[in-house]
Amino acid sequence: MNTPALETRGVYKSFDALTVANAIDFRLERGARHALIGPNGAGKTTFVELVTGGLQPSAGQIHLDGADITGLPQAARVKRGLVRTFQITALFRRLSVLENVTLAVCERQGVGGGLFRPAGHHRAAIEEAHTLLEQLGLEDESVRPVNMLAYGRQRLIEIAVSLALSPKVLLLDEPAAGVPSSESGTIIEVIERLPSDIAVLIIEHDMDLVFRLAQRITVLVQGSILVEGPREAIAADPEVRRVYLGERDPG
Amino acid sequence: MTPSRAVEAFARRHRYHPFEALPWLAAVASYFVFPDYLALGAQILATILFAMSADLVLGYAGIVTLGHAAFFGTGAYTAGILAANGWGEPISGLLAGATAAAFLGFLSGLVVLRTTGLALLMQTLVVATLVAEAANKASFITGGDDGLQGMEVWPIFGWFRFDLFGHTSYAYCLAVLFLCWLAARQIVHSPFGRSLTGIRENVRRMHAIGAPVALRRLVIYTISAALAGVSGALIAETTQFVSLSFLSLERSGTVLIMLIIGGVGRLYGAFIGVPLYMVAQNRFSEIDPVYWYFWIGLLMVLVVVFARGGVLGLFDRFRR
Repeated sequence: MNTPALETRGVYKSFDALTVANAIDFRLERGARHALIGPNGAGKTTFVELVTGGLQPSAGQIHLDGADITGLPQAARVKRGLVRTFQITALFRRLSVLENVTLAVCERQGVGGGLFRPAGHHRAAIEEAHTLLEQLGLEDESVRPVNMLAYGRQRLIEIAVSLALSPKVLLLDEPAAGVPSSESGTIIEVIERLPSDIAVLIIEHDMDLVFRLAQRITVLVQGSILVEGPREAIAADPEVRRVYLGERDPG
Repeated sequence: MTPSRAVEAFARRHRYHPFEALPWLAAVASYFVFPDYLALGAQILATILFAMSADLVLGYAGIVTLGHAAFFGTGAYTAGILAANGWGEPISGLLAGATAAAFLGFLSGLVVLRTTGLALLMQTLVVATLVAEAANKASFITGGDDGLQGMEVWPIFGWFRFDLFGHTSYAYCLAVLFLCWLAARQIVHSPFGRSLTGIRENVRRMHAIGAPVALRRLVIYTISAALAGVSGALIAETTQFVSLSFLSLERSGTVLIMLIIGGVGRLYGAFIGVPLYMVAQNRFSEIDPVYWYFWIGLLMVLVVVFARGGVLGLFDRFRR
């Protein structure tokens, strides 16, 4: 059987009496388009934090490309191609769009700590960042500070920054959260066009987006996996409909 | 396709701008225009270096500190104790001061930089207090409350004596400040320096792009401590005196006030805030020897109310 791009084995996390991740066994296949859904407070973002190294699991292992990364710090996981975006945009707000992406390229190339050459001399990095912005249709805004852009554009830059890190596994934490529906189309298109060798896990509330983008879906409820399967099966699953799809999102 | 304007602008940002010559022209001109104030001028130049070192940690990396005097004082005492005990060669004195301060910065940084925000602020304060108390207790070598007596600083390169009027001091401080500014400018424009801005702007994002944030913070803290040490050593050598006030909380606070008046996070804030503050202090204390500090306070209030980004922030606002 193929080694999955990302695998968690019995990942468990609790804060005192509150269990936020309960023995999660999860596989993300290579090149997958996979979604993680669940009601508010199901532990989706906690799961992302556990996988990326923002939180340490109380028990269980996390494997990236077959290698155990459970004890690795976040930066080391990023270097191995495990990259995430944030549910609430986390960018360098007062820096230009181009600089946001260039900083990421520099870190990936391992020159981010260089002291002796001016950043401007790392031309390959700057041009790579710019090419990436062109591919996402953001080149006209590359000199503007991020905080001057509409939120939908900022969400795209969030994706651009993560692509600059050459991810093998990309975790998109609610990529369209807070974006007006008129702008979410662009974000969906960008995600659809992501290179097929990247394994993508989308954490999402928006069901239209999930069923459009994901082939497999995992449903998380109260820190445990309720069910996992192809999207058609999930859409038809009565249990899922009861706990999740049937309920109106109070937000 | 032609390379885009955005890429070009980015690739050129580290180049020298004509405006950057202004502080140096002003410093050279002051030497000729105010020959009676060279001693004060030398103090100002050395203090600019201190404020610039604080700007590297506060303005660029976003590390708030109330303990930068620890490094300033360590540099001063190192150079001072050497000069009082038979080694008065000034340039090696500066290097020794820088090394001692960098060492302290590195060791204390290992501990205090594990925290951020208010906790960090308190810890930097604790380090500075500990160092000041150590200097007080070690009076057999530091002179304690009486200050360090009997420094003998040799001529620079064995040739330029420190004279009563401050000609040598002024030129010496100016040259050292210039070299340190070149180094600081290099750092700020390097990928390392840019990544510090990233840490200041959004530390979560810096982790998420795989940057070793803790290491970066420790490196800039150590570099900044070294520069503060050079500054302290400069003042020790040019005034031939070191006292416990070099390590005081007031010293740490004042340098921040000067930096904030000039503008934080732009490398040139120190070049405006320090002369403004020190000249104002000099003038006010002559005009109003009792209440001069009130006028400084008023100046600070005006800056906070009307010019949040300091004097340089005002320029920015008019440019837009």
